[in-house]
Amino acid sequence: MDYSILVAQAINGLQLGVLLFLLASGLTLTFGIMDLVNLSHASFYMLGAFICASLTLWTGSFLLSLVLAIVLTGLAALVIELGLVRRLYTLPHLDQVLATFGMILCLDTLVHIFWGPAGIVMPLPAWLNGQINIGEIVLPVYRLMIIAVGLLVAVLLYVLVSHTRTGMLIRAGASNRTMVSALGVDIKLLFSGVFVAGSVCAGLAGMMIAPITEASIGMGNEIIITAFVVVIIGGIGSIKGAFVAALLIGMIDTLGRAYLDTVFAAFMDTETAETAAPAISAMLIYLLMAVILAVRPQGLFPPRLR
Amino acid sequence: MSAECMLETRSLCKRFGGVSATDDVSLCIYAGEVHALIGPNGAGKTTLISQLSGLLRSDSGKIFFSGEDVSRKSAAALAQLGLARSFQITSVFQELTVIENVAIAVQVTLGSSFRFLGNAAKDPAILGPATEVLKRTGLADKSSVLASRISHGERRQLEIAMALATEPKMLLLDEPMAGMGQAESNDMITLLASLKGDKTMLLVEHDMDTVFTLADRISVLVYGRVIATGSPEEIRANREVQQAYLGDD
Amino acid sequence: MDNALNRSEQSKLAHHKCRSFYRRHRGSVLPGMINLLVLVALGALPVIAYLDGQIFWLDVATRLVILAIAAVSLNLVLGFCGLASFGHAAFIGIGAYAVGIPVYHETYGGFEMIAGYSGWWHLALAIAVSALFALVTGAISLRTRGVHFIMITMAFSQMMYYTLVSLQEYGADDGLSIDLRSELPLLNLDDPLHLFGLCFASLLGALLLSWTLVRSRFGKVLVAARSNEPRLKSLGVETYRYQLVAYVISGAMCGYAGALMANFTVFISPSMVEWSRSGELIFMVVFGGSAYLFGPVIGTAAFILLEYFLSRFTVYWHLPFGILLILVVLFLRGGVSGSIARLFSKRSAVSNSVSVNSTSVAEGSAPAIQGSSQARGEDTP
Repeated sequence: MDYSILVAQAINGLQLGVLLFLLASGLTLTFGIMDLVNLSHASFYMLGAFICASLTLWTGSFLLSLVLAIVLTGLAALVIELGLVRRLYTLPHLDQVLATFGMILCLDTLVHIFWGPAGIVMPLPAWLNGQINIGEIVLPVYRLMIIAVGLLVAVLLYVLVSHTRTGMLIRAGASNRTMVSALGVDIKLLFSGVFVAGSVCAGLAGMMIAPITEASIGMGNEIIITAFVVVIIGGIGSIKGAFVAALLIGMIDTLGRAYLDTVFAAFMDTETAETAAPAISAMLIYLLMAVILAVRPQGLFPPRLR
Repeated sequence: MSAECMLETRSLCKRFGGVSATDDVSLCIYAGEVHALIGPNGAGKTTLISQLSGLLRSDSGKIFFSGEDVSRKSAAALAQLGLARSFQITSVFQELTVIENVAIAVQVTLGSSFRFLGNAAKDPAILGPATEVLKRTGLADKSSVLASRISHGERRQLEIAMALATEPKMLLLDEPMAGMGQAESNDMITLLASLKGDKTMLLVEHDMDTVFTLADRISVLVYGRVIATGSPEEIRANREVQQAYLGDD
Repeated sequence: MDNALNRSEQSKLAHHKCRSFYRRHRGSVLPGMINLLVLVALGALPVIAYLDGQIFWLDVATRLVILAIAAVSLNLVLGFCGLASFGHAAFIGIGAYAVGIPVYHETYGGFEMIAGYSGWWHLALAIAVSALFALVTGAISLRTRGVHFIMITMAFSQMMYYTLVSLQEYGADDGLSIDLRSELPLLNLDDPLHLFGLCFASLLGALLLSWTLVRSRFGKVLVAARSNEPRLKSLGVETYRYQLVAYVISGAMCGYAGALMANFTVFISPSMVEWSRSGELIFMVVFGGSAYLFGPVIGTAAFILLEYFLSRFTVYWHLPFGILLILVVLFLRGGVSGSIARLFSKRSAVSNSVSVNSTSVAEGSAPAIQGSSQARGEDTP
């Protein structure tokens, strides 16, 4: 086996994992605290990508655009939360699914109207475009940066959630909503804050992936489902669960696509292996979720009982 | 001994964490009697009822119903054997009418519901017994009202009606008078008294007057242990009970 | 162990409960008349348009009727069992491929075990494979409730999607054109009128089947389980089995719709199983009014017509459609059918004391008050 490729694949898996974590952390918090199933969460992923790509093309500075895009995505999230989303918190999940499905359609179309049907290719500054060579192993700098930023956010979230008063409220909210409101906390403010923060995390993921893929309409529609798988596997409302599950899914998905045919070839003929592997690897994460739900219906790290 | 017991427990235990909710509980409820279970708050009464009705798995000990070991049977299986439970927190089908509530209980008793044809709402085999039970429990005039729209006391009566509709050998009644006004309580006592002799009952109740009115025998549960079992007179006279319970009630 | 999440889920579901199905007849007969009218219009207008030389409307109507069958099937689990399946598009895909694959092999050889043009064979295959898929996935999914059920059904449907994508021989991503339609006695499905007739009759059959199921003892158990599952279990009912059977029936019916769909589009592709397709099906059921027998038909009609008119009006038709979806959720409790029932039971309330009750049912029992139900649930006189 070629270890330089294995390392490259592992880096890709890790990168997918942290991106998924950025998406899933917001999703699991809104889910756990506000009891909101937000299908449109990844619309902020798309929105972040488009805003950042446009700004980069306009200003020429990736970092400046990143900061501006974070602010703008946060503002957009705030407006949407105040205008619509906060009305959804008390509705049944099925209604939330429908309403946020409607939001996806709206936001997709709005992006279509503003930016046109084609995607935007986003240039990467030269200082991020390089690679580090260690022997035969090639490590792309930008992917390493994504991983670093993702891990940094994870650490920040961890500190925020487990070592601050806000975090205490968030944790309490995830396990017992009535208690938090009984504490006299401005629950609306807390909810808005969590929603905006979660959306910004999703936006950040979109901004960082845009130079690799490109900003395109519907880019969120596939990854949102994967992010939900992460949330469900990790246990709804659990940041820790989201982190573990995101890295797990990122690795399994990437390595599965890369190596499953080799694994299969070990115990079936090559042709069958090559036909079966792509299908099985694409559904690996769903298989994993089905198995985990069948064995542990509350996910790997369910928040404590309410 | 066990042959005469409708329901018998032997050394039943249930712990939550380090705390014993029920501890070495051995009871025998004779066929046909009204057996009351009393005890201060937190004595483990509801835990015991949940164990008996199959909602909680016991840590150790055995439960016999009509002589059969039912220690590991599910709530559904126990219900099919004829052990019906009314809940402390009212649990009816809120979106169905009173008669539909009872009808579903009757239907379940008639055997498998894997019948895909025919209008169940007009089936005389269901409607007949359902109407009968409603008359017996004094709910006949509410029959087409939604269960969410009747009073609390009526909903408790509906609970009993649903339990009766399953034609049980035995009723487990968990505080049937909880949260009721005086008039409603009296109605319920009348209803339970009318069932006395007909159905074996295990009654969990706070109100002493009710217990001493209805019960043939009483068991006293304190900190998960049965400290006394006997006739109302014996229990009244029991000093340990007086100290542990009646004295500081 | 009953997790708190499930409990909050249950209380939410409890608020979402719709009117008991068998209470409908106590209100006015007018909603029933409206349903009948819609059905007659649905059957007659496209045919008249077709005979008048306008083929287009017959196409629209055929697609509508096929999707309506799928929506009716989804409503069996979503409306009457209260189980929101987010993966019903998988069954449409199975049904469609159950037509496409045998026809492909009959034409180009290979896989003789299943090759064939016979419509009976296609329908049987569609129903059998869908039922099997429903049995296996349902057996696992039904161990969960609420959001977990939504997500796990979606996961299974995604698995089906990627399976279809991997079928290189049948066009993978790009799908496969079907050269010949299913052969049935007396019918020529190449004739749009025959095809529409078959689909419309099938819709009537699906409605009749749902109606029969829901009023039977079996249906009563489903509705009671939706209302209060723990209570039903304590009565001695293994609710799981009943829900599984309902899920299998629903899946088989939806697979049948898929077989019709393949005959209509003469094209099959994995995109039939995309998760947004399942989302659209849910919209049709909820918009029309889940827990109403006829709701899905109205919902599907609304969806198809909206899609048609909005997309003619603007290429950005997803925007008004999305807004409408949100408005439906916020303001149209119980869907169109619920609104109609409310409207008419209000009118007849003056003269009839029973329907006073039934009015309060329509308003009070959940769909109308989901948002504030906790505040209003207990203050009934």
